[in-house]
Amino acid sequence: MSKKITIKIDGKPVEVEAGSYLLAAIESLGIEVPAACRYPFLPPRPVCKLCSVEVSLSGGEAKIVESCSYECVEGMDVRTNTPAVLEARKKALANMVNRCAENNLLKDIAGQMGIADEIKFGKELCTCIYCKLCIRVCDELVGANALSFKKGKVKEEEGESTPIVLDESKCILCGACAEVCPTNHLRIEEEHDRKLVHHDMELGPNSAISLSFRQAVPNVPRIHAEDCIHFRLGGCRVCSEVCPKDCIHYDDQDVIEEFEVGTIITATGFQDFDPTPMKQYGYGKLPNVISALEFEKMNNAASPTNGRIVLEDGTEPRAIAILHCIGSRDENYHPYCSRVCCMYAAKFAHLVKEKTTAEVYQCYIDMRCFGKGYEEFYKRILDEGVTVIRGKAAEVIPARYHREEEGKLLVCVEDTLISKFREIPVDMVVLCTALEAHDNASEFGRKLNISTGADGWFIEAHPKLGPVSTTTDGVFLAGVCQSPKDIPDTVAQAGAAAAQAMKLMNVGEVQMDGAYAEIHQEFCSGCKICNGLCPYNAITFEEDKKVSYVNPALCKACGTCVAACPSGAIEARHFTDEQIYAQIEGILS
Amino acid sequence: MSFEPRILGFLCNWCSYTGADLAGTARMKYPPNMRGIRVMCSGRVDPGFIFDAFRNGADGVLICGCHPGDCHYAEGNYKCARRIPLTQRMLKDLGIDPKRLRLEWVSASEGQRFQEVVTEFTEQLRELGPLKLHDINFDPAHPDPESLEGVEHA
Repeated sequence: MSKKITIKIDGKPVEVEAGSYLLAAIESLGIEVPAACRYPFLPPRPVCKLCSVEVSLSGGEAKIVESCSYECVEGMDVRTNTPAVLEARKKALANMVNRCAENNLLKDIAGQMGIADEIKFGKELCTCIYCKLCIRVCDELVGANALSFKKGKVKEEEGESTPIVLDESKCILCGACAEVCPTNHLRIEEEHDRKLVHHDMELGPNSAISLSFRQAVPNVPRIHAEDCIHFRLGGCRVCSEVCPKDCIHYDDQDVIEEFEVGTIITATGFQDFDPTPMKQYGYGKLPNVISALEFEKMNNAASPTNGRIVLEDGTEPRAIAILHCIGSRDENYHPYCSRVCCMYAAKFAHLVKEKTTAEVYQCYIDMRCFGKGYEEFYKRILDEGVTVIRGKAAEVIPARYHREEEGKLLVCVEDTLISKFREIPVDMVVLCTALEAHDNASEFGRKLNISTGADGWFIEAHPKLGPVSTTTDGVFLAGVCQSPKDIPDTVAQAGAAAAQAMKLMNVGEVQMDGAYAEIHQEFCSGCKICNGLCPYNAITFEEDKKVSYVNPALCKACGTCVAACPSGAIEARHFTDEQIYAQIEGILS
Repeated sequence: MSFEPRILGFLCNWCSYTGADLAGTARMKYPPNMRGIRVMCSGRVDPGFIFDAFRNGADGVLICGCHPGDCHYAEGNYKCARRIPLTQRMLKDLGIDPKRLRLEWVSASEGQRFQEVVTEFTEQLRELGPLKLHDINFDPAHPDPESLEGVEHA
């Protein structure tokens, strides 16, 4: 612990730590001190001199110092509002004001000091006040060393507008300089002044340390190493400085933990179908063509749009088309029905009607409202005025034929109920993309010894009699990893899987199947051929008897050893040679 | 009436038997010539079963197992895959066309493939004709060229 000392500020005694800066002590008394070059995560350096105060040491002569970087000394007497102090501050302000264009920061400070009428801005066009914060943050905190002051004067007649020089090869686009700039002189700007909303949605809160989304579990922020200044250049560490509980550990590594379990419930879910290859819908190419998941994110109250349904330019759409079966029920992509899309599309239509005045068009192949209350919900959106068109949308193209439709999209669809081809002008297109199995599902399934079907979903033990278990004992399936299903079905299956797993765990011991291989040791010649064949190492050689032995607890009854035994000494219970020969004879007789 | 071959199938419990089941539940049609015997793994198929099947009058034997890498028992299908070519060589020595013994990989989700395999194998055996094993009077100790007349050219 450092030493406490007592100083006097405007006549009041204050206890401070020895060696701390004077400014903190002054501000702790609630005295306002103007400043233009301060950034809490950089060591103070007196540039603006607006924080000048009068200090006299042990009755000595008073002198003007910059409080931001002046260390407290025992018994010092500080005055913050003497005429000399005000004069020094005015001079400092005038110094800055003279060589920059009009800006709010200096105006505010002048107002704070009560001299708003007295200042006169220079003729320069740039608002840089030469506080050097940007350069210092880039050098000292970020470590990119990308910024510097221009040597010589800013030649405004030659089009130069700033004294700051950027070395583009060193800049990492972290934005720290723009963040610290007190006058907003330095800015990070999108090229062409884009106002994208949809593309930003993926980013969420776009600092390098953030919650992935507001309801994330566990609800703690994470550092995104690829955006973090510290991980890119080694500097910064601001987040660990501000964290009051020392929760930020830069050295943390991913850890692989191994633990033994008796049962496994596979609930790996699905991945969203990427509609980019379906060029006819223009996803990723045309503005305002978005996938259902993106639309859902936009609708979330915690989204970048705060739950408003908007186009990329931030305006409210007047017509929205919701296209069903993108990638599902499609021979070129996935032949199966994704099951959930019809109902979430109906929900989307309902949300649009609730939040906006937009027209909603649904282009569907079949409306599959199969669940409890679903058909009623469908009826409800019809009553709300949603236009449903039976026919899969063929194409989405930019509408360029009529001027009043400029900027809109045309959805080309055959309305099969009236046998008419329609082109519907809309502002936004939502693609109801298929649920598809993870790319690595079969690789993962191999680890658990469960197989995937042609569509990539895990195969259950039996489609009717064993819908949650798999061919591997103790491995169960829950949710979409088995096949597309909606939330109630997933919850039901997950409950069943949990019950199945608990059934095994409750017993506490594994019940063996009656089928396993048995060696009749009186016939065993001890050739050891079977020992090497067993994939489960269930067969051991008993050295004393010179015969092999099958451990029935390890044997899974594949019968490979039985077929290989040259002496016919191994019997596969329930699949004995006699039984199979009898079957052969029976079938062929 | 055309010749209807009699085919004996050994189907692995985890893949092919389930695949055959799927073909059935999906109402896929395939020739009724194949009769299946369920074994836990294609690795259980003893070459003795195959010879016994031919001796009992089968015109063809079909063995179906899991695709390589998908075996429920990790590697039983590899054991089978090694045995079958050897068995085929032996069949040839016995005067039986090795094409009459076939090994195919059919997974649990491939009902369609099972249907195709059975249909195709049945067609192939129909072309090969009946085995007529009992007409062959073959004594390897005293090969008599005349007794080899009935032997299929392999």
